Formats: sequence, C-alpha cells, structure tokens
Amino acid sequence: MGVTVKIPAQLRALTANEAEAEVEAGSVGEALEAVYERYDGLRDRITEDGELRRFVNVYVGGEDIRFGDGLDTPVSDGDEITILPAVAGG
Amino acid sequence: MPAEALKCKECREEYELGATYVCEHCFGPLEVSYDYSALDDPAELRRKIQAGPPSIWRYLDFLPFDGRPRTGIDAGFTPLIRSERLAERLGVGEVWVKNDAANPTHSFKDRVVNVAVAKARELGFDVVACASTGNLANAVAAHAAAAGLDSYVFVPADLEEQKILATGVYGTRLVAVRGNYDDVNRLCTELSAEHPWAFVNVNLRPYYAEGSKTLAFEVAEQLGFELPDRVVSPVASGSLFTKIARGFEEWLDLGIIEGSLPAFHGAQAEGCSPVAQAFEAGHDICRPVRPDTIAKSLAIGNPADGVFALEVARRTGGSIDSVADAEVVEGIRLLAETTGIFTETAGGVTTAVLAKLAQRGDIGADDRVVLYITGDGLKTLDAVRDIVTPYEVEPAVDSFAETVPVAGGERV
Repeated sequence: MGVTVKIPAQLRALTANEAEAEVEAGSVGEALEAVYERYDGLRDRITEDGELRRFVNVYVGGEDIRFGDGLDTPVSDGDEITILPAVAGG
Repeated sequence: MPAEALKCKECREEYELGATYVCEHCFGPLEVSYDYSALDDPAELRRKIQAGPPSIWRYLDFLPFDGRPRTGIDAGFTPLIRSERLAERLGVGEVWVKNDAANPTHSFKDRVVNVAVAKARELGFDVVACASTGNLANAVAAHAAAAGLDSYVFVPADLEEQKILATGVYGTRLVAVRGNYDDVNRLCTELSAEHPWAFVNVNLRPYYAEGSKTLAFEVAEQLGFELPDRVVSPVASGSLFTKIARGFEEWLDLGIIEGSLPAFHGAQAEGCSPVAQAFEAGHDICRPVRPDTIAKSLAIGNPADGVFALEVARRTGGSIDSVADAEVVEGIRLLAETTGIFTETAGGVTTAVLAKLAQRGDIGADDRVVLYITGDGLKTLDAVRDIVTPYEVEPAVDSFAETVPVAGGERV
C-alpha cells in the first residue's frame, strides 16, 4: 500500500479520467513528483517555477500542507493527498 | 448580451458561460466578463436604473443575464442612512451606514444568492447547495424554498444556534460538518465534482460573486450617483470587498459616476485575520490561519480572494485592519447606541475597525465614509449576552423608583 493522491476533476482530462493515483513517497513533494512523472502535462498545471501555483491547495488527510512543512510535509503508506482549487467562501 | 465569457483572473484565459469556476490552465478563479460597448449613454442608464424595481434587479444591465430572470424572493434596495451621532462620536466628517441586514434573510448574502439561484435555474439545475459560515446558509435555504428547488446546506457544526435554526426551518437538507469553515469548504469543493448540483459558492461562484457588485451600485445611486471618499467593509473570503470595488469601477468606466475609486478599508477579527496580517507584513499572498473568533461569519482561515482584497486596499490607499473580540462587542454596542441598528458580530468588526481608523487619524474631517453593515444582530445574540442586564422590579411604583436610575435629572 502506498500514498493515494486524489486528482481534482479539473485535471482528470490529463489522467485518462483517473480520480486517484497510488504512489510510493515519503513527502508530499515526492508524491506529487511521482504523479507528474506518470501523467504528462500535470506539472505545469499545478506548479509554476517549481512552486505550487497560488490557487492550488494541497491537503494531507484533510489538513492544509501550509499548516505543516509545505511540500516537505512527511507522508506514509495509507495517507491521502488531495489537490484542490482554492475557492472563496461565504 | 453584456455578459460574454468567463475569464481567468490570473492568466486571462477565456471560457464559455457555464457552471465552471476554475481555470484549467492555472487553477485561477474565473470571473464574468462583459461587453458594455452598447451602454454608451450614462444619462439614459441612470434614468433606466431609477425606473427599475426596488431590488438588485434595477441593476440588471450589469449582471450576467440576458433578461430579467424568474426569481422567488428578491434582495437589495436596503437603506443607506447618514448617522451624525456616529460621526460625532468618532470625530469624523460624514458616516453613512449601509444597512444590509434589511434583506429577506437579514444579511447581504441574499444579493449573491438571488443571482446564483436565478443562474442555477437558467442552467437547468434541480439542486442548489453551499458551504457556509451561516448567513449564506440562511439565504440559500430560503431562496431554494421560494424557487421550489431542493437544497443541501453545509455548515460548521459549532455554528450559532440562531443561524442553524433559521436555516433548517426552510426545509433544506442541513448538514453540520465536524470541522471549521475551511473544512466545510474543502468538502464541498470535493462534492461539487461528484454531484450535479449548483454549489452557489463553488461551481456557480463567478455568477454568485457578481451579486456583491450591487452593494456598490446601490450606495452610489443612494448618494445621488456620487462616490464616497472611503468605504469600510468586512473581509472574510475577500470576495465582497473586491466586488464592491469592481462595481464602482464599472460605473466609473461607463460614466454613470465620476471621480476616482474610494479608499477601501477592510475589517477582520484578530482571531481570523490572514488578510490583515498579509497587509501589515507587505505580503501579496495570505498564509492560512486556524480561526478562533466570535465573528464566525468572517471565520475563513484560507481566503481564496485574499490576494485580490490586498490589491484593492493597496491601490486605493486603504488598509486591512483587525480588531479583538472585545472590540467587536464594543463595535456592536457603538453602532446600536448611535444609529439604532443592531448588527451581528461581522458588523461589530466593521464598526470597530471604523473606530480604529478614526482614532488613528486615518479619516479626514471632511471625508465621507460608507460603513457596510452586512448582517443582523439577532443572528449572533450570544455576543451581547454579557453586556445587557435589565433592571428587575416588582410591578409597583415604589419598587421602580428604588431600582431604576432617573434619566436626565427628571423626577419619576
């Protein structure tokens, strides 16, 4: 069992409609790298100049990684990483 | 047709007008763009507005619809009241209070939901939904009921009881989520991809947000098609604050009003002030925070439009300030005592920030300030429980005379 990365609906055109990808990784950054390797075009949608784009939110187990160590936030087998667009609320 | 496309606020990529809210290229938020080239006679536009219905629909030309949509309950046309007593107390020029508690469900959210539910019907949705800090919950449940649409309303489980009850009563499917607003918002963003529902503040957000422009239009019209010098408005997600600026800008571009954009002052509660903190630090992005404040309707720790709110405050010579919870309660009391308007905690935040700006000397003696009051005090009664104590007397004149102090030296 590895780490599950949930792909947002807006990017599933690039993942042949797969909603999840299972990867081996020790950090959020490594997990995302593994997903970028697997699917062409994903990297440019999610990052710009090596950083997460500013309207991309990434969560581990529902917790925003900006409350942890960002891309260095550790993950282990069974963790779920969610990528979502930032949406204003009300 | 004035609304012509959805445009990414980050990279300007254009999309067709549909139920979509995020740019596929850069994940930036989409916004409605208009072709206003046919609206070239400002005098005629002003006349048409003034002849319109007493609701947000008098501004139909500047909203994303081809014609007047079918609606149930309509929002807007709330009072703008000049308060000499509040201005005097603060030592500033003119203070005008925009009392948007005077909407069908007692907050400005009726404006955005009026637009979003009309758009949901036009796009053929049977179900509307939202993630809410409370006021939006009230509005979505009510407008869905009036329109005969099913609805799902998601709120943080620790929300004020008044807001829970005043939502559930409309017969919505009310879902209390064990988490804070940001958790609710994340859940709804995920659910919006799984269900064919119109989440008013997720997949219909570009339209929903347009409703807030009417708070600019209405104030300008009520001031005789003039602009104030400054506005003070609450900041939660940053959407309202940004769209008030956009509303004024559109009318300036069209020549309906003249002058320049007012200084925009944003108001947050200290316990949830990611935008105020970024403003203070000179950052152009907001670091998320975990909210801890009595101003629950402003408790968004991860404000997606925060970057745009910062930009508006900076370019208009405004600010984004925060106040402590104790000041929020004082703000509620100050507004109530000087204007007769009882506002919820968000309005307490806004009034307290106005007082702070006045104290700091940021507001000139000849400045005309508009204070945006966005919700009703009956929604957050707990906030004032400790500052109100009635005199308890026997039903006898003597008991009254012994217990209650005499007002103004008059003999009882």
